[in-house]
Amino acid sequence: MKQACKANLPALVFLFALLILWQAGANGMDAAYILPSPTQILQKLWELRGPLFTVHLPATMTVTAIGLVISLVLGLGLAVAMDLSDLVRRMLYPLVVVSQTIPTTAIAPLFVLWFGYGIWSKVLVTVLITFFPITITVYDGLRSAKTEMVELLTTYGATRRAIFLKIKVPCALPYFFSALKMAIPMSVIGAAIGEWLGAQSGLGYFSRRMMTQLDGAGVFAPIVLLSVVAMAAVGVVALLERRFVRWRGES
Amino acid sequence: MDTGTVSALEFEGVSYQYPVEDFDIVDDLSFRVAPGSFHCIVGVSGCGKSTIFRMTNGLLKPKRGIIQVGGQPVEGRKGYCGYMPQKDLLFPWRPVWENVALPLEVKGGLSKAQRREAALAALEDVGLAGCGDKMPHELSGGMRQRAAFARTMLTGSDLLLLDEPFSALDFLTRLSMQEWLLDQWQKHKKTILFITHDVEEALFLSQSVLVVESTPIHVLSDVPVPAPVPRDRSCLKDPAMVELKERLITLLRKQVEA
Repeated sequence: MKQACKANLPALVFLFALLILWQAGANGMDAAYILPSPTQILQKLWELRGPLFTVHLPATMTVTAIGLVISLVLGLGLAVAMDLSDLVRRMLYPLVVVSQTIPTTAIAPLFVLWFGYGIWSKVLVTVLITFFPITITVYDGLRSAKTEMVELLTTYGATRRAIFLKIKVPCALPYFFSALKMAIPMSVIGAAIGEWLGAQSGLGYFSRRMMTQLDGAGVFAPIVLLSVVAMAAVGVVALLERRFVRWRGES
Repeated sequence: MDTGTVSALEFEGVSYQYPVEDFDIVDDLSFRVAPGSFHCIVGVSGCGKSTIFRMTNGLLKPKRGIIQVGGQPVEGRKGYCGYMPQKDLLFPWRPVWENVALPLEVKGGLSKAQRREAALAALEDVGLAGCGDKMPHELSGGMRQRAAFARTMLTGSDLLLLDEPFSALDFLTRLSMQEWLLDQWQKHKKTILFITHDVEEALFLSQSVLVVESTPIHVLSDVPVPAPVPRDRSCLKDPAMVELKERLITLLRKQVEA
């Protein structure tokens, strides 16, 4: 932990300098509706803690969590299916890639039309931008298993199932954690975009409402909260990763 | 090489063609290996010696001919030979003992405690007592190869196919690993086929050297090694050995130049 702090010290100092610069600039400009200062944002966060933490944060987290779980199931399923069958790979891989060329923000209003202002239109936006990195990264992980290792196990008489469990899964595990670390912030972004476009609650929705009221600090406050939550979640995954993957980097 | 009894390994008119090539790299090859013998197969790089191994262990299917191990065709059989490739291929995410126990794990039928016991015994046998719970990256190159050998032993097969197992080791480690391998062979009475392109290594290890004289491989020339078993390194200075070594090197160089 101490080492981690030391390693991140330059970044922290630089960040602090930027914040001071921001604070000074915002104070100089004195137009909080356009550029609120960091202290004003924190102040706003504190003032609005009631609705933010009890209504909007739980709403966004629900969307994020459901979206992430669906993305994981879908992404892992696709990755495994593409690894197992060449036909499936040739059928799905191009489609998966093409799905990422759809401008999500442009199509998301349609989802609201189809699924209404409830939770599922946001979940769909979240899944659409989150399942892709999981699918591709885990698929690459499964492919990273060395042919020689597979051959060695084959000479021992191993079945495809045994090869999958004993070689492919361990090889894909570090990739899976990378995918998760990418997917968490993306699912938060997805949820926020979905809410921004149409919702009744959630941090994205709240931020947009503040926008219409020209409350600069109010726009920023939920965004800061989202970032902190995403960073904390990635931190937890990084800890889990250190627990389960002790051999990354050595091949 | 032919003892009249059941051969440890027998090729009968075996051919193999790689899909991308327009000739048979192994062409109508027949040879027999007696149980309990130690042979090295020497040949230049890319001559097809590894193809012979890969057909024996079932990774490649011959185009024609029959391969028998212990008097039985290999077609459809599993786990009848212990194959040790050039790289140790220890899985970096498993502790050493779990790597060594892999053949038992694949075969099934033993509890984890039994597998661990067998693996630790095999490790002790190769001089790696106390290394079972280490991770592979904590072992040196020579130790990793010995662990890989212990893993090969746990296949329980009487026929061991070693494909240039020491080629990635430094010179001094290689020498001691060669002596160590001869000890292991005498102790366990396995049949060992050992691929190498190092003529001196081949002479020191084998009872007779099987030379690939040309590609495609039609025959393996059986060249007996004029040295007693057990032997030590001093036999390599013997005039007959020096003369044989020169002869083999000349033979192989002709192929490289051709």
